Amino acid sequence: MKQMTAPPREEIAAIVGAANIRSATQADQVDGVLPGIVVEPGTQEELGKVLACAGRAGLAVIPRGGGTKIGWGNPPRRADLVLSTARLNGILEHAWADMTATVQAGCKVAQFQRTLAEHGQRLALDALWPERATIGGILATNDSGALRARFGSLRDLIIGVTLALADGTLARSGGKVVKNVAGYDLPKLAAGSLGTVGVITEAVFRLHPLAHEARSLSFTASSFKMLSSLADRIRDSRLAYSCLQLRAESNGEPSLDVAFEGTRAGLDAQEKQLRQLAEKAAPKDSLNCWNAREALWSEGDAKVVAAFSVLPTQVAEFCAALGSAGTAQKLTWKVAAQAIGVGQLSLGASSEDALLAALQSLRANAEALGGTVVALRCSHALKSRFNIWGAPSDSAALMRQVKAQLDPGQVLNPGRFVGGI
Amino acid sequence: MVAGTLGQFREIVGEDGLISQPEQLHTYECDGLTNFRVLPEAVLLPTSTAQVQAILRLCHKEKIPFVARGSGTGLSGGALPVAGGIVVSLARMNRILEIDIPNARVVVEPGVMNLSVTQAVASHGYFYAPDPSSQQVCSIGGNVAENSGGAHCLKYGFTTTHVLGLEVVLPDGSLVHLGGRTLDHPGYDLCGVFVGSEGTLGIATKIILRIVKRPEVVQTLLAAFHSTNEAGAAVSGIIAAGVLPAAVEMMDNLAIQAAEAAVHANYPNCGGLLLVELDGPAAEVEHLMARVKEICTACAAWEIRLAQSDEERAIFWKGRKAAFAAVGRISPNYIVQDGVIPRTALPQVLSEIDRLSAEFGLRVANVFHAGDGNLHPLILYDRSIEGQEHNAEKLASRILELCVEAGGSITGEHGVGEEKKGFMSAMFAEPDLDTMQRVRCAFDPEQLSNPTKVFPRPRLCAEKTGPYEPHPLETSGVAQFF
Repeated sequence: MKQMTAPPREEIAAIVGAANIRSATQADQVDGVLPGIVVEPGTQEELGKVLACAGRAGLAVIPRGGGTKIGWGNPPRRADLVLSTARLNGILEHAWADMTATVQAGCKVAQFQRTLAEHGQRLALDALWPERATIGGILATNDSGALRARFGSLRDLIIGVTLALADGTLARSGGKVVKNVAGYDLPKLAAGSLGTVGVITEAVFRLHPLAHEARSLSFTASSFKMLSSLADRIRDSRLAYSCLQLRAESNGEPSLDVAFEGTRAGLDAQEKQLRQLAEKAAPKDSLNCWNAREALWSEGDAKVVAAFSVLPTQVAEFCAALGSAGTAQKLTWKVAAQAIGVGQLSLGASSEDALLAALQSLRANAEALGGTVVALRCSHALKSRFNIWGAPSDSAALMRQVKAQLDPGQVLNPGRFVGGI
Repeated sequence: MVAGTLGQFREIVGEDGLISQPEQLHTYECDGLTNFRVLPEAVLLPTSTAQVQAILRLCHKEKIPFVARGSGTGLSGGALPVAGGIVVSLARMNRILEIDIPNARVVVEPGVMNLSVTQAVASHGYFYAPDPSSQQVCSIGGNVAENSGGAHCLKYGFTTTHVLGLEVVLPDGSLVHLGGRTLDHPGYDLCGVFVGSEGTLGIATKIILRIVKRPEVVQTLLAAFHSTNEAGAAVSGIIAAGVLPAAVEMMDNLAIQAAEAAVHANYPNCGGLLLVELDGPAAEVEHLMARVKEICTACAAWEIRLAQSDEERAIFWKGRKAAFAAVGRISPNYIVQDGVIPRTALPQVLSEIDRLSAEFGLRVANVFHAGDGNLHPLILYDRSIEGQEHNAEKLASRILELCVEAGGSITGEHGVGEEKKGFMSAMFAEPDLDTMQRVRCAFDPEQLSNPTKVFPRPRLCAEKTGPYEPHPLETSGVAQFF
């Protein structure tokens, strides 16, 4: 922690008001690093001024929304000021007839969804912990769930963004219309940048109608491979599913979950076709199946949660490797994989050495398939032994250049991102 | 350009890969927007990534600006050569490198035609979703540069939705891979930044595309209304009913007349024509199409036809897809605009366009992607009449301003290019543009890759990024920023 000299603190207090600046407590720790102060600006202009002030004083700034994923990424090299978006929580516009909405970064995802639902619409994304997670937070971490199979991830849903850069510049890009190619697509740069290029203060989204009706069906079979080949057949069919998920765990039967949205007649027809395709798989209860991803995190003994990405046809192979690693290291595991090739897995309580060995073998397996493994929940000690992001690619130098252009002083989340950005 | 440099370019691409004779260079002096013309110093036609790298390394060393070009069908002057620079044509890098049906991936070189991708995978029941009207001749590399859309992007998304990875030669000749075959590559989504950057960040030499399974059924409905306002009300009704059509297209009477003159699509002679296409599971489409018909009827549609066969569907579309060229039948010259407005502003913007049309004494035909508010007003004029071209350009500008005032955009799919860079300041504030250019500086600090496009003024990449500190050149009086 940098010694907080009086001038920046006073200057910042003058910007946001004394009531909105406080000393940090243990609860504000960022992956083991204790910051000096927590600041809650009330407008994006205030937020920009705070950033500029922090930048001039050489402080390291940690942007924070709901704090649900604050531990993702490397531990920060420095952390002086937590910049909270808690008070920037308004829904600025729901242009329901145009199916777009503009929302401030600190708005909780569930609150946003409830407002959109008043006009029968939604942000077509199932984020983790929507009651607590914020729009800015899901954007910075590029969170997405099972609905991605149909509606894409945040990069496909965000159409405009306002970023507060480290020097205080407020920069808008994209716009309020879905179709727009004027200027660079910086909403995509912001999505998944873990707060390292700027603080997201506002976002504009394209919306989708709420489903007329939805139906979920789950299946099980003696082997995971059988279910994954069923998933391949469903992907190659003309079924218009909205979610297609594979689940497996060290102590339980594997499952395949399918969700459809549409009209009653459409759902009936699709269910019939699906049951024909799934002839050898046994139907099972689909209750809570779409909470599988969140459930990974709440398992009492889930010491590590990691995201992985492989090609759709390689999900079975990767999950087999997970099973082998679990057996070899004598640890419990669970996985919720989307058939498009991405998923999250948890590794249960075991020695740090065993967790490390399992992570290394999983990454080696994924990389051999051309995929990736990124550790999300991971102890501080384990992070010092395992590069949570993986080895940087040949675009690492270019990414550093982007960072250097937008945050030359390394003010924002220093060291937390890929390649130590 | 000095003869020595030309010789070095010749060594890289061979005698038949270099065009430097003025009479041959004329082919490359413009793209689909023909009122801007610049003769390049040379045109190079590389056949491999290694050749593109060697070309850009030489350009970097000699500080020669370059402009990448696909099929040259762009409508904003994006592939317009830069004075003193070269054109890198990707036309000979036109191989489909890999087709992976089980994973729905196709890897192509940039010169592959858009429609060729669909043709290559159609027998497996897949298609490549972005379908700009020029899809028979436009290249994937050009689509990547412009983030091309098309009629079906309302449901399926734009080029950026379908590009998963890129191999890119940066302006210094180095090679990087952005994104990849798998999703969520750790790090910044630079693939997403590159798509739609209009050739200003480097040259894509390989493109990993996502293909989509063909839906079970496709139904296309044609509905005739007395006015575009009634047709617009029907579009709003359809969207409000929670229906997401694959495409919704609208044409006004003048556009219909032009299309009829050109391709005889047998459109009803009406004030506003809608084409609504739904796709998906048969039972679903059946049900929703009935809803769409009800909504059209309630909005006073006086004729509704549902295409009964694929042939009839193709004819419905033929008139729409040919509309731009068809306008040539009813006017010697025309300007196409590409503004976007929030769909709800349609009636107000259309009546304002009518008013401006009368004020300027120029006819405007309207063709639009009505589902997403992307207008394509076609301003008809006669170049041989003194002052009319200038007037038409003024009218086009007014229409773009109208779009921005309505909360929209100056371009939905054609790009900013050379044509609309002056309008960027109407849509974005200086800090917004400056931030975009900082990203550009990360890719292309020497500003060699399609310089002078997109932005109203270039940014010096060495500029200090602090907001209140003037550049030394400014304080010394060498340069002035406006």
